[in-house]
Formats: sequence, structure tokens, C-alpha cells
Amino acid sequence: MRYIPNSPAEREEMLRYVGLERAEQLFDSLPADIRLQKPLAVPSALSEMELLEKFNRMASRNTAATRPSFLGAGAYSHYAPTIVDHLITRSEFFTAYTPYQPEISQGTLQAIFEFQTLVCQLTGMEVANASMYDGSTALAEAVLMAERITRRKRVIVSSAVHPEYLAVADTYVQHYGVEIERLEIDEETGRTSKEALKALDDKTAALVVQSPNFFGCIEDVAALAERAHSVGALLVVAVTESASFGLLRSPGSCGADIVIAEGQSFGVPLSFGGPYVGLFATREKYARQIPGRLVGEAYDKQGRRGYVLTLATREQHIRREKATSNICTNEGLIALAATIYMETMGRRGIEETARQCAQKAAYAARRISELKGYSLPFSAPRFNEFVVRAPVKAEELLSRLASERNITGGLALSRYYEGRDTDFLVCVTETNSRAEIDALVEGLKSQIP
Amino acid sequence: MINKVTSHISQNEHLIFERSQGGRVGYRLPPLDVDETPIDELIPAELRRDDDLEGVPEVSEVDVVRHFTRISTWNYSIDLGMYPLGSCTMKYNSRLNEKVARIPGFANLHPLVHETDAQGALEVIYELQQYLSEITGLAGVSLQPAAGAHGEMTGVMMIRAFIDARDGREESAKRRTMLIPDSAHGTNPASAMLAGFTVKAIRSTAEGFTDLEHLRELCAKGDVAGFMLTNPNTLGLFEKNIREICDIVHGAGGLVYMDGANMNALVGVARPGDMGVDVIHLNLHKTFSTPHGGGGPGSGPCCCTKELEPFLPVPRVVKDGNVFRFDYDRPQSIGRVKAFYGNFGMMVRALAYILTHGAEGLREATEAAVLNARYIAAGLVSDYDKPFEAPPMHEVVFTDKRQSRKGVHTLDIAKRLIDYGFHPMTIYFPLIVQGAMLIEPTESVGRQELDQFIEAMRSIAREAKENPDLVVGAPHSTRIGRLDEAAAARRPVLRWKPKEAASAA
Amino acid sequence: MANVPEDLHYSKDHEWLRVEGDVAVIGITDYAQNSLGDVVYVELPKPGEKFEAHESFGSVESVKAVSEIFTPVSGEVVEVNESLSDEPEKVNEDPYGAGWMIRMRMNNPGEVDSLLSSVEYEEFTSAETE
Repeated sequence: MRYIPNSPAEREEMLRYVGLERAEQLFDSLPADIRLQKPLAVPSALSEMELLEKFNRMASRNTAATRPSFLGAGAYSHYAPTIVDHLITRSEFFTAYTPYQPEISQGTLQAIFEFQTLVCQLTGMEVANASMYDGSTALAEAVLMAERITRRKRVIVSSAVHPEYLAVADTYVQHYGVEIERLEIDEETGRTSKEALKALDDKTAALVVQSPNFFGCIEDVAALAERAHSVGALLVVAVTESASFGLLRSPGSCGADIVIAEGQSFGVPLSFGGPYVGLFATREKYARQIPGRLVGEAYDKQGRRGYVLTLATREQHIRREKATSNICTNEGLIALAATIYMETMGRRGIEETARQCAQKAAYAARRISELKGYSLPFSAPRFNEFVVRAPVKAEELLSRLASERNITGGLALSRYYEGRDTDFLVCVTETNSRAEIDALVEGLKSQIP
Repeated sequence: MINKVTSHISQNEHLIFERSQGGRVGYRLPPLDVDETPIDELIPAELRRDDDLEGVPEVSEVDVVRHFTRISTWNYSIDLGMYPLGSCTMKYNSRLNEKVARIPGFANLHPLVHETDAQGALEVIYELQQYLSEITGLAGVSLQPAAGAHGEMTGVMMIRAFIDARDGREESAKRRTMLIPDSAHGTNPASAMLAGFTVKAIRSTAEGFTDLEHLRELCAKGDVAGFMLTNPNTLGLFEKNIREICDIVHGAGGLVYMDGANMNALVGVARPGDMGVDVIHLNLHKTFSTPHGGGGPGSGPCCCTKELEPFLPVPRVVKDGNVFRFDYDRPQSIGRVKAFYGNFGMMVRALAYILTHGAEGLREATEAAVLNARYIAAGLVSDYDKPFEAPPMHEVVFTDKRQSRKGVHTLDIAKRLIDYGFHPMTIYFPLIVQGAMLIEPTESVGRQELDQFIEAMRSIAREAKENPDLVVGAPHSTRIGRLDEAAAARRPVLRWKPKEAASAA
Repeated sequence: MANVPEDLHYSKDHEWLRVEGDVAVIGITDYAQNSLGDVVYVELPKPGEKFEAHESFGSVESVKAVSEIFTPVSGEVVEVNESLSDEPEKVNEDPYGAGWMIRMRMNNPGEVDSLLSSVEYEEFTSAETE
């Protein structure tokens, strides 16, 4: 095996040095009856050439990967500068462990400190952690944190939050004594129903909303914050499309208490759903309740500035069952990719990307709404996603669009919702050219019965 | 301004925010190719940012490349040398695995495409499930958990769901105790807590094994849902009574959870399923060499017996004839633990790892990992206190007992090791060993480097006797010295702020 | 050798207690702060909270450890040392003075009699060290 340095002769010598004759004796402390008596049923080793051939063949069966696509719904196609992938594959970042030894981990630590700062800047919050697994688990952790802060057991969520995020939150809280209740959306605007907000009461730990929400509608976060705070509840804001931070008022400036986001939009490949990176930010007063790792500034005896993992007493390796979370390994390298993305695109690039997304989505929405039989059911302002109501069942429509026109036209909402058979969600980003959008419009036109 | 004050090869590199200069750009997008609508018509001003993203850096592409290249040189890494962190399995990360994960057919695949258009991705998942099932000897596999602790949470929730189904909710409510050895990783109790269990610690014996008497005693109380065991345990010792342990727990109506953090000692040699384990998580970022990346991403597949399979997270990937599909119809499932299907990119890499090794290579890696740990154990026993007699598996624990008489403690030895060009071992873990130094070389280290490591450790032992101040003041070779962590925690500074704002605060 | 003032009462959980009428001033001992190392955070209750004797009323954190702190006697918290939130190092620097933690109105001042004297506490800690 070419990854194992020692030659057979060296191994023989080493065996003798430790007082053994044969390699099997290394496992003498295992009772014979539990030792594997035959080789694993795994094929013989493949060479590099054979392996590449196999994986190229499998990858070629992912026919959707090469098609123009208008899929969003929690995972987005965005431009990633070449240097993002180049820099994260430097050995020093990519083959390092969690920075437990600060003297020889300053590269990772400083990058995380910059990540935390950028997340604070974009979300408008005061403290951000070093990352969570993804947006969905970050949301679940936010719900648990709201319970810890308020000591209340009821959590009200908008049903316009990503359905898979809500499913994950349900799993996380099922043994935690937290009840999650769902609020209806307003079928007129596509936003969380104002009427339904009456469900908030003094037992409510948090109101959880997403903005832009799953249907692409921008929520009135400031009003929701006011409503939540009026009963002493926290407002948790989820953002699945982080590109929207470039244009939309930050949740922090709207009064959010915890902001979680999926950072995949920041230079991270779609990669069939992961690895992505969860952003988690809150108010300074809640810093000791935050889950996961935090990096802070520190100085050595000579007064030189460096960075260390800090406030570690919150974490599982010290507080064990009383920790703020069980998370240990997070998404370090993906957080690094997001950091490099945010810094390379910078102040102007993040803004321009967001502006292009909004403009292209607006163009697509206008063109589609002009088609006979198609309509846009929701009136609220949107960023880069919107729901289209089709004259026929959306799932079949999209399937024909793929086979006849080679376009992935969006997501049929019947995947998640009953009674939305003709609705589909379209996402447009800066990577979709006008020609692609026009082809989508033509394709939809061709499907009018 | 030249203010380079350290001996490190690269320039000082401040935070990117301090490098930022208004007007610099590091990107270029194609011009907008659709008619622009006045923004006020799309999104009213009160919903738009009004801070113009102030504070976000403005830097050129060259600035970014130099910035990260410079700070990267302040990191130690596997590619630089041995990284003997016990229970972390810092083995070589193949570039071939990176290459396959970046094939556009994988990297550009959206998770919500129709499954018929993603057959290759489902095949990767399915095939990896099959191999992990074979390696663990357990029938059911879910690749959804994103890391080890996430896999633990999944596994203990499955135990709870299984007992609920077996005993009925009322009876099950009497079983809310999760037994965990006092030597366990902190994630174990924290994960058990998330599944609503109360944690009770099982003592370890003086020899470093699970105390069977204590286990029997706690199992006799009738409230035990399960036992979470790491095997080999975190002292690097194989729990040779594993069969009996499983029998005791099963006899008491509980299930056995195995923390697979130390599977690098077992792959191809013995299988948890054959030992009586019911559910285990693996760490693809340890045993199967997906890169640690400075703290993730990980991937923590959960493998379980046939009996527990109905409780695995949804969706499952199944094969009908020659077609792969997602199965959401799992009424007994604990639910979803993550959006989409898990850290797919890590699955591609782990599958490439397994196929590059083949059955023989996997066993060879295990043998080499254990042999390397034995070699270190034999090489250091004359200079350091080795608290347990039993032969170690893939990692070995020493203590600072002899050195501490001279005022040199584990932390100092670890820091001094940096001066010799090695990353320190895991220190002060497991918690039950005072001044623990847990050393895991992995299979990715050759004999010369092992000899150098042993020599470095022996040299530090000599220094501890002859010149303890040298060790206590270490490291001496790094860009910065030991940082004042107490001051950092007392008045935490967790983000950069502009100068004026920082002084005003 | 840890400092053990003669005029205080001590618990086996390493808290000290000074009687001021029916009020007890409570903190942790020099021995405790020394074994904890640099104190970085102190979590304290709010005035008005009531505790039984030997109940946990907060915690003290060092960089890598958390220790609970316990009430030597029962009573109601009347004041907490707010300054510790900004300067937790006072617990290290002056455990019996500026590092005090809470003032508690005792339910039963007689409970103090069950605590250790300075001599007994010194014996207790030296036994624990061995």
C-alpha cells in the first residue's frame, strides 16, 4: 500500500524490536473468537488510473450536474473565485487538525477569527462561532439555545422555513421537552401570517423565521422581532441564501437575537448537499450560551498578538453532559473557503453578486409571469427565488423540461407540501445567463397545454 | 513600514481588515445582461441594507493570496510531519481523493435534482454503505450524520426509539440511564443528553479496562438503556471482555453503543458487529482519511444491527434492481438529522480511500498503525511513566509522573515537542489519567520518523532532569510564545472592530 | 502553604464564610483558587434566590475546568459581588477580600456551628493533598 511508508523488511525489524514474530501477534489482546477469520469482502486495491476511471464513470451518471439549472431551495450555484479552492488545498490548512496548539496553528486560528468577524458584519450581530455543520443543524442548535436562555419550552416556527431544517429541528428537540408549533403562511403575500403570530405568548422561547423564506419572500424581520420581544421571546432568523446579505437589511439590525445561516453560497460547491457550513451568530450577552468553538484574541509574554480557542468551558470536552452542545468537529475547511470567498469578493463583490441575483431573478419572474397560464402567487418582495404557479402539475412539467430542453427548471413544491401540485420554486443567480433564462421561459411556454 | 520582529520565515501578516484599502477589488463578474429594474421597485428601502457593508474588506486578489499563504505557514500539518494526536487519527490525506471529489459530476450536483439524474451519486452512497457494513459487521448504515458527535446523537436516539418500540412508551420511560466509562470522550455524555438520557459513569479498573463489577451493579438497577463504549478504549487498550460486556448490558435490557473513534485499530482485523455491538458511528475524517481541514468537515456514519435498522435517519438510499433511489417511507425512523443526505463530498473521498486500499490494504494499514504505536511504546517506556501494562493497540498513553517531580508537566513536554519539529500528542485526555499524553502515530509514519520522535521525547526527558526551565519555557522556536489564555477568556475579544469602534467600546 | 484566616468558617467544598450578624459573606478559599488556577468567569445567582445548605449556587471557571460552588448554610441571597463579572481575577488575587461572592441572610445562624474552624480546615486540606 503506497500510503504506508515502511517496507516489509522494516516492519519485520520493528516487530522484532517490540518482541513479536508475526504481525498477527499485534492483535493477541483480542479474543480469538471475535477476530475476523477471512479477508473483508472489499475488492482488491485499485490503481490511480483504475480508480479515476471508476469515479469518472459514476460521475457521468449524474446527468443533472451539467445541465443549466434554476434549483435553489437551500443550495445555490454561485461563482467561486479560483483562488478559493487553490488556497484551501494548501497542505497547511487542509491537513491540519483542530487548532488545539495555538503556537503552531495560528494560520487556522487567525482565519477563523476573520470568519467570525465577517459573519458578524454580514448578519449584523455581535458574536459568531467558528461554524456549525450546516444551516439545518445550526437552526436546531439555535432552538435549543433559545430554550436555555429563556427557560421556556414552546418554540413557534414559520412554516415558510426550509422544510428539511424544520425536520432536523423536530429530531433534535424530540427528547428535550421543547414543543415546536408551526405558523401558517399568508397565501396572499407568501410571508409568515401576521394573524397566526397571535400564537406567541409568555411561554414562548423563540419565534423562528427564515428570510428570504423558503418561497423566496423577504419577511418583515423588524416587525417580527418586535412581536417576539413583546412577549419576552427571542427572534431566531434563518438565512439559507447567504448571498442575500449583500443586499438585504441584516437580521441583526432588525432586532434578531440569534441568526443562523447556510454559508454554502460563499464559494462552496453544491456537492450533492455537503459538506456545507453553518453560520451561527448572536448577541454578546449570550456568548456563554453559544454552541461550538470560539476563537478569541490573546497575547504572549512579549505582547505579540495571536489567537486561541476560548470560552471552552461551554464545550463538551470540559462540561460533558452539561455542555451547550455535543458538537466537536465542525466545518473548519469549509468555513475557510467561505472566509476566502468573502474576502476576495469583498465589500463590492458581495454587494454586486446580490444585486445581480435580484435583477436576474426579477427579469425571469417578469418574463414567466407574462406567459399565458403561469402566475406568481405571492406578492411579497423577493431576492432571487420565487414561486411559479403552472397550468399543469409542476413535477411532470419540470421532468419534461429536463428531458426535452435539458434544463432543470426548479423545484416542484409537491416534494414538501400537499396541495401545491402546480407550484414550483425557481432560483436565479449571477451564474444564470440571460440566454439560459430565455431558454427556461421558452421551455415553459412550450409546455402550455 | 518594516516591523518584522520574529524569526519566522514569512512577513508579519495582520488581519485582512487591517490590510483593506478602499477601492481595491479582488473579483470581476460579467456585466449584468438583463434590463435593470430600479431597485426600489423590487425591494423597498426599509428591507435593504443601509450600512453599505461597512467593514467588509476591500482587497485585491494578490492581497488575498499572500494573506492566506503567509498565515498558512504558521500551521503545522500532516504533510509536514508526524501529527500524533491520540484518538484523532491524523493519517495521510491522499490528493487522489481530493481529485475525485472535485469531478464536476459530483461537485456541481445539486442535492434536490431528481434521483434518476443523480444515479452516480446514489451509487457512491450505496457502495460506501455496503463497505462500511462489511467493515463493521453491522447490517444497517446511514451516512447522514455530519461528524462523530452527530453520529453519536443519531445512535443514542435510535437506542431510545428502539426501546420505546420494544417496551412501549411507559415501560421505556423507566429506562433513561446511559452508562458511559469515565475515560470516554466528552461528546458521549453530551450526545446522550440530547437524547434525553441521564448519564452515569462506569469506573475503569487500575489495569485500564471497564470495571465489570461496577457495570453489573449499575445494570442491576433495571433502568439502563445502553452503554457507550469506545473500543479500543481511550487508553489505547482493547476491551478484551467485550463479549461479556455486551452480554451484561443485553441481559439487563440495554443496548451497546460503540464510539468508533478508534476503529483504526480494528479495520480488517475484527468487527464490532461480531463482538455484540448494536450501533456504532465511524469517523470518516479519522479512519477513512478524509481531511481534518483545521477542524472539519467530518462525516459520522451510523452503522447498526438489523433490529435497529428501521430507526435510522431518513431518507435511506436503497437499490431496486439496477436503480438507486431514496426511501422516505420509514415510519419508525428517528427523523432527519441533517438537511439533504450528509457530507457527500466526504463520502466520495472515503470510498476512494477504501478502493485504493482494497481488503488487503485496509488490514495492512491497521497492522502498520498498531505496530507503530507498539514501537513508540517500547521506545519510550524507559523514560516516561506508562501507567498501563496491557499492550497498546493503535495509541499509547504515558504520563508526566517522572518529569513532574522536577516541575515539568505534560503541557511543557507537549510544547517542547514543538521545538523538535513535531506536533504534540493529545494531552490531559483521557481525564482519568493524571498528566496524560496520548500518542497515536497512525500507519502514515515511517521508521526513521518514529525514531526521531522517540529521540525527541527522550531528549526532553533528559532536559526535564538537567534543565527544566528550558522545557517549562517552551516553545522557543515558534512565531509566538504561549498565549495568555486566562486573559483571553476573562475579557473575550471574539471579532475585529475598527480602531475607533474598538476604543469607544 | 495556603492562607487560612482564623476568623472564618470553612466547608469541605472549600468555601469560606464570614458571619456579619445574620448575614453570611461567602467565597472560595485560597486553597480552592490555587487548585483551580486562573479564574476566568464566575457565575453567581441573583439577589432574592433562596438556597438550602450544600446546594450549588453558581460555578467558577478556569480556562479548562468548571467547578460548582456550594452554600455552606441555608438562606437567601441579599447581594452578589457584581465586580467579579468584569474582574474574575479578584478570586485569585484576594479570595477572602475583594474576591467574595455572595452575601446571604441565613435562615438559621446556628448552622455555622457545623462548619470547620480554620485549624480543622487546614488539617482537612493537608489530608486531601496527600
